[in-house]
Amino acid sequence: MGDLHTSAEDEHDSAYAGLLVNDSHWAFGTDFEDPLAGVDTTIPEGTDAETLAAYALMLGDDALVMSHRISEWTSHAPDLEDDIALSNIALDLLGQARLLLARAAKADESIVPVLPDGSPVPAEDALAFFREAHQFRNVRFTELDNGDFGEAVVRVLLFSIWRLAIWEQLRSSRDNVLAAVAHKGVKELAYHRDYAARWFVTLAQGTEESRARLLAAFEALWPLWPELFDSHPSESAAAASGVGVDPSTVRPSAEATLDLVLEAAGVDRPDAPRRAGVLGRTGRDGMHGEPLSRLLADMQSVARAHPQGQW
Amino acid sequence: MSRVSERAREVAGSVTDPEMPMLTLHDLGVLREVEVVGPRHVVVDITPTYSGCPAMATMRDDLVRVLQQAGFDDVDVRVRLEPAWTTDWITPEGRSALAAAGISPPGPARSSDGPIPLTLSPTARMIRCPQCDSSATELVSEFGSTSCKALYRCAACLEPFDHVKEI
Repeated sequence: MGDLHTSAEDEHDSAYAGLLVNDSHWAFGTDFEDPLAGVDTTIPEGTDAETLAAYALMLGDDALVMSHRISEWTSHAPDLEDDIALSNIALDLLGQARLLLARAAKADESIVPVLPDGSPVPAEDALAFFREAHQFRNVRFTELDNGDFGEAVVRVLLFSIWRLAIWEQLRSSRDNVLAAVAHKGVKELAYHRDYAARWFVTLAQGTEESRARLLAAFEALWPLWPELFDSHPSESAAAASGVGVDPSTVRPSAEATLDLVLEAAGVDRPDAPRRAGVLGRTGRDGMHGEPLSRLLADMQSVARAHPQGQW
Repeated sequence: MSRVSERAREVAGSVTDPEMPMLTLHDLGVLREVEVVGPRHVVVDITPTYSGCPAMATMRDDLVRVLQQAGFDDVDVRVRLEPAWTTDWITPEGRSALAAAGISPPGPARSSDGPIPLTLSPTARMIRCPQCDSSATELVSEFGSTSCKALYRCAACLEPFDHVKEI
């Protein structure tokens, strides 16, 4: 016992210990071959695999794209504490994305881009790195280009309020994996929401400059808020079979939470109309703006250039 | 429990957390089950602390290596997502080890069953400085050096310190 304990500590203490082990793996993943290893991924009775996969993909894409945007703040935030906070938020969302994309792939393999035989790329990474923009199902809210820190605060606040309201219901999903991801996720999202809510009040009650910037960001993001509560047919179907949540049903609770923040901040809801889709199609239909294409080019280019890359 | 099961459990329980090496995976509450399922074949269940915890792969590798060194040729490390990890699972020994290393251990986790109410004021915690034991401590940030920690500072000894936040 004692000896083993010491040897494990020594290994962590020495930066060179790992070099002696042949643990080469695909260069762009996190090296847990299957994030759902050992998890019961049986599709609940009466649920259609395609419905479950399409729904998990939407939730996973929301987290992945939002995570990437927030991660762009790493090393750019106004101070070290907020740099760390935003990086942690991005990391939590990336973790959620990984589980959700893995869940989607496990339910319906046909959605995973086909890579050459012998490819070391796991399914969830293939979904992240080898799909085109029109194959992403995230809400358009998540893909917008970043603004200033006030914009990051509004973005994290609106996103977390909405996602937490869904996640609270998703805990009773008939799908084991989605329920487990939600149980874990509510704790994380509550931290994200409260962090952003405090900053929202602080900036609103701060200087003229901070308030003006916050309000400008709020007004700019507001037109995309209603899209978060649209019911896409895949979401309605998932809700009908008891594995998902119809986002339109959480609007009252999300709005109530937002009102608490607005009241504390002394801020009114913007008057801006919702942003229309393109021929009625929005993010959930694969209709995205140019910012997503640029985001994906940034996120995917290295993995695509070296699809067999190992280290 | 047979002697071989006990030994597997001891060995797996001795592996330390890569980011908080003063804690074993057992003390952290991440190690959920160790089962010997065949001759020299052991199955280990671990539960991630946070969805994006980057230490999971390292924990898995460490478990496999240490168990193989102890003679278990086949080691399966599985992820158990439910129930979700909570800081309430950190053992009393783990809490002492954290405090001894200058990290403030978590208090009881708040319930996460119903709707999670919005809290606009910083989380109120009665925390003593792990360096000088003063209660004059203040929160710097709810997010710290790893997903599981918040950053505090002590007004008495002026030292910053980490607090493992309750989830």
